[in-house]
Formats: sequence, C-alpha cells, structure tokens
Amino acid sequence: MASVLEIQNLQVSYRSREGILSSALAGVSFDLMPGEIIGVLGESGSGKSTLAVSLVRLLPRNGEIIRGAVHFEGQDLLRATPDELQQIRGRCISLIFQEPSLALHPTLRAGEQVRQVLAAHSAPGKSALNERTRQVFAQLFPEDADRISRSYPHQLSGGQRQRVLIAQAIACGPSVVIADEPTASLDSATQMELLAVFRTLRERMGLAMIFITHNPALLSGFADRVLVLYGGQVVECGPAATVLASPRHPYTKALFQSIPAIFEERGSGRKTKLPVILGDSARSSLPRGGCPFEPRCTERMSVCREREPSLVNLSASHEVSCFKYES
Amino acid sequence: MRFRVSSMKVEASAGSQNMPPLLKVENLVKCYARRSLVGRGEELLALNGVSFTVFPGTTLAVVGESGSGKSTLASCLACLESPTAGNIWFEGKDIVKVEERVRRQLRPQIQLIFQDPASSLNPRWSVLEILLEPLILRRKFTREEMKQCASSLLERVGLSPDFVERPPTELSGGQRQRLAIARALALQPKLLILDEALSALDCSVQAQIANLLRELQSSLGMTYLFITHDLAMAVYLADEIAVMSRGRIVELGSAEQILDQPQHETTRQLLRALPRMTRALPAPEQ
Ligand SMILES: Nc1ncnc2c1ncn2[C@@H]1O[C@H](COP(=O)(O)OP(=O)(O)OP(=O)(O)O)[C@@H](O)[C@H]1O
Ligand SMILES: Nc1ncnc2c1ncn2[C@@H]1O[C@H](COP(=O)(O)OP(=O)(O)OP(=O)(O)O)[C@@H](O)[C@H]1O
Ligand SMILES: [Mg+2]
Ligand SMILES: [Mg+2]
Repeated sequence: MASVLEIQNLQVSYRSREGILSSALAGVSFDLMPGEIIGVLGESGSGKSTLAVSLVRLLPRNGEIIRGAVHFEGQDLLRATPDELQQIRGRCISLIFQEPSLALHPTLRAGEQVRQVLAAHSAPGKSALNERTRQVFAQLFPEDADRISRSYPHQLSGGQRQRVLIAQAIACGPSVVIADEPTASLDSATQMELLAVFRTLRERMGLAMIFITHNPALLSGFADRVLVLYGGQVVECGPAATVLASPRHPYTKALFQSIPAIFEERGSGRKTKLPVILGDSARSSLPRGGCPFEPRCTERMSVCREREPSLVNLSASHEVSCFKYES
Repeated sequence: MRFRVSSMKVEASAGSQNMPPLLKVENLVKCYARRSLVGRGEELLALNGVSFTVFPGTTLAVVGESGSGKSTLASCLACLESPTAGNIWFEGKDIVKVEERVRRQLRPQIQLIFQDPASSLNPRWSVLEILLEPLILRRKFTREEMKQCASSLLERVGLSPDFVERPPTELSGGQRQRLAIARALALQPKLLILDEALSALDCSVQAQIANLLRELQSSLGMTYLFITHDLAMAVYLADEIAVMSRGRIVELGSAEQILDQPQHETTRQLLRALPRMTRALPAPEQ
C-alpha cells in the first residue's frame, strides 16, 4: 500500500535574535499509511510541535526548514507554492494546534470559525454550509452544541475551546489530521468520546493521524504505531502494543516509569517520590558526537560517548536507536 | 441534595486540622448572563452552590467533566471574576466583600496558574523579566539575589538557563507551562491554584514538578487547589478530591474513598474512562 504522507530526513532549526541557528529536528523520517494512527511521544522540547507545524509549513517566523521532504500525493509539500499549500491545508491535511487560545480568533463566534474553514474549501450553498457546521458541533458537543457554536472563545472552557479546534480540523473531511496534544485539557470521559470520533472518521473515511500526546496510556488501543522523539530525533518506533508494553530504548523506559500508578501498588504510592529522568536535554548540554541521551542514561556504555547510534531493527517493524541492540 | 463536606472528618495527613481553614467557600454561585440581539438573553450557571474547606498545608484536587465550572471556580478564588452569590473566606476574611484596599493586600497570597499559559505571559518580555517581575513587586531583594532566585526557580522546574533571554513565544508549549509555574512559585503564595498546570507536560517533567510541589508543601506549608483531569495525579498529590459536574461538587472525599467507593455517576464515569496501561517494567537499574 502506498503511504499517504512520507517524511524524509526532515531537519528544522530556529534562529535566535542574535542570528544563531539551533536545531530542533535533526533528521526525522517516517511514513504514514492511509487510515493509520501514529502516536508521537517525547519529552517537552523534543520537537513534537516543530514536527507538526513543519509538515504543513506553519513554522513561526524564526523557524527554518534546513532540508528534507514531505511527500503528499506525489507532491513535496516543502516545495509547494503558497497557493498549492493553501488548497491542501484544511481540506486534505489539517493541523490541530497545541494551544487553542493562540489558534482561535478572539472576536468570532465558534460556529462562524468552523463555517469559515468549510467555506474556504468548498462552495456549497449557505444552507448546506450551516447544516454541515451543525453536524460537526453535534458530533463534538452532544449536549449543548447550539450554545457552544454561538459563543465567543473567551466564553468557553478550556476543553470546549480545544474541541472547537478539532471541529475546524475535521470539518472538511481531510485525509490526514495532525493533532498536537488535542486532548491535553479534557477529562477522561470526554477524551474517550473524542477518540471514538477519530476512530469513526478513520473507519468511514480512512482518516490517517499523527497524534502527539504526553499521555502514553491514551495511545494503547488507539494508535497503531508509536514514535518516540528525543532531542529532535526518532529514538524508537514500533507497533503501539509492543512499544507501550515493552519499550526498549532507555529513554522510553524511563519515561513510562514516571507515571503515577493509580490502581496498582496503592497505598505505597503516595508518600514516595515519583521517579524522574535526571538532567535536561537542552541543546547546549547535549554531547557532541555521542548518543544524545547518554548523559542521562542509566544504561550507558563507553561506546555511547564515542559515536551516535543509528536506528536498528529489532523486528521488521520495531526500530530503536541504542547501542544495546546493535550486533 | 445537601452535600456533606467530609473534609472536617478526614484525618489530615500533611496539614494540621487544628488550625483554622485557609480557605472556606460557601455556596458560591456564578451566573454568566448573555444578552442576545434576538429573543431573550440566556443565563448559564457555571457555579451552582459550591462549598468546601481547605486547611493550610493540604491539597484539594478538583476533577470533573469539561465545562463543569472548574476554571470559573479558580477565577473567582483568584478575584478575577466576581461571584454572583456566596462567600469566599481566605484566612478568615471574606474576599468577595472586603474593601478593595484589603483585597489588594490579599491578592499576592493567592496565585493562579492558568489553564492556558500562553495567554498569561507577556510575549514582549524575556523569560528572565517575567520571573523577576513578581520578585520586584515583593521589594525584598537586591538585583543579584533576584537573579539567583530566578535561575534556581528555572532549574527546579527543569528549564535550562539558556532560556533566560528568550521571549516566551520561543519556547515549546511545555516549557512555557513550566515558566508559568516558576513565576507563580516566585511569589511564594499561601494558596496556589493550579488549573491543569501539568497537563501540557511529559510524564517525567510532570513527576519532577509533582515532587517539587510536595517538597514545597512540606518545607513551606504551601496549600494547593489542584484542578486536573488526571485522576492518577490527583490521587498522588491530593489529600482530598472534589468531583464537579454542571457547576456543583457532586462528591468530595479522600482519594481512597473516591477510588474505592465512588458514589456519584460522574465519578464512576470518569473512572471507567481512565485509559489503562499495562506496566510490566522493572525499575530502571541504577
Ligand atoms: N465568560 C463566559 N461567558 C459565558 N459562559 C462562560 C464564560 N466562561 C465560561 N463559561 C461557561 O461556563 C461553563 C464552565 O466553564 P469552566 O471554564 O469553568 O469549565 P471547566 O470545568 O474549567 O472546563 P474545562 O475542563 O473544559 O476547562 C462552560 O460551559 C462555559 O462554556
Ligand atoms: N519560535 C521558536 N524559536 C526558538 N526556539 C524555539 C521556538 N519554538 C520552539 N523552540 C525550541 O525548539 C525545541 C522544540 O520545541 P517544540 O515546540 O517542537 O517541542 P515539543 O516537543 O512540542 O515540546 P512540548 O511538549 O513542551 O510542547 C525546544 O527546545 C524549544 O525551546
Ligand atoms: Mg509542543
Ligand atoms: Mg477549565
């Protein structure tokens, strides 16, 4: 099967006000299949949002794509003209931004903001437009769709705003949705409803997703594959069930250790400190030449300082970049 | 239905119940009225008679469905919205009714970390300026001390000192969130309200901040109102959990009570929907 999105060696940097470039993505490659859901995990600052916005070329002004390619339906999005991009965004590929307040227009009602996205990409009659808007709101707000659609962003709760962004993203029936923490401020019940909405879209229309989250548990039973970013690189990628149940990269393992247990080991939990990954991954403190995780790794070996590991295949579909698994 | 506030009965683990409550909320009501051009205006009861008590040095977690009134409660407590009815007693003073002059003195002791940090950080300031501002307001320190304080705060929330000169717009979402946390801590408030403050952070950084909050609680006796959708974190951090639905607290009890004997349908629903992850991992070898 042909992939719907093919990302090759994507490198992105940000320019500081002094003009110095610092790398945020250091060569990321992966394919997204039609109808596939890829969960992206990774530390704060590891480049997840940078990846999301680069794919549709919505980087902030000081961001630069250094090299790479993003193929969508035979076209390299990184070389598409602004007009071509405008046509693709929203209609074929849509992006749900991490921070709703930065993405919503403050003085337009929620319903109008979704209507405008629809109107920009299709030219149905006014009543068809209103009907479609109503449908999308009903899908995301089973209880008070009308009120929400008539509200301005500041009159909505955090989770309601987040769902308005999702409404915009799915309104035109895109084939790819890139979602940056779309459920971060939703309660568990609403989260589940939302995942069900995405699942339905996938079954009915073959929607493929890149689903960025900091909550690994959310991915189990939802994502097909999990991709783990560290310092702008893919350090582990494999089938969701495998990576979540038995992660192999020391970073992924340590990350999962930090989640507080709720039902297991009860009673003992509360007074103990949660395990954390010591140190930080700020670019300047990264080692030159060695594995980027080496300074913080509890399983480091001498080779880890000498050169950078590359992705090795543990199985046909599970890749890890760690010397422990190199033969 | 009258709601029994069980906080009086539960044995406090961290704080002392012999002390008077730090915060006492009675029958808080917040009604958003909206005028519309056609027809009659609408009213929305975002808070519909909320009452609870928080003792110094303890943590109350507030969970509940989206739109149930959690952030509205936070805004009322932080004096950003005025409630339609009800009382908020902070250290024995009713902050709804006191004169403006007294309220201004109380304000710095209640800090709110917003659900959406991007909107609360001045994009034209640098990270350092954002951190220094509350310290300048406290007027206790020399410039050198302030800088030291700022860099130690950054370190404690896991932000590299490289970031000090950047504007907040050049940080990642989670880095911005941590800046907002550091800023609120700089003021050393008596009551810190965290509105989904950890939800934009990865598990390890969440753990680091959770540990920091607990440490500050035991060393400085800080009191937290911890609004979250993450029940596991609520159980980990809180002495008591309040569950909200449609502007009311429908259940309030110790973490164990909420987990083992959820009484209200909303609580059961939230528990049922919790994503589970099987963890077959040994602790990482040292
Ligand atoms: N300024 C306002 N005008 C009118 N309605 C409002 C206003 N602010 C909030 N609301 C409504 O009040 C209700 C409670 O909102 P609130 O932000 O307190 O919810 P929340 O519990 O914080 O939800 P979430 O978990 O999604 O952040 C929501 O239904 C919201 O639409
Ligand atoms: N506009 C910008 N200018 C300069 N540096 C930036 C800018 N935006 C992000 N960065 C830096 O690039 C790195 C990657 O940021 P990114 O936003 O992609 O991280 P993330 O994985 O989405 O993190 P989070 O989970 O915290 O949202 C971070 O170290 C961040 O500080
Ligand atoms: Mg991000
Ligand atoms: Mg809220």
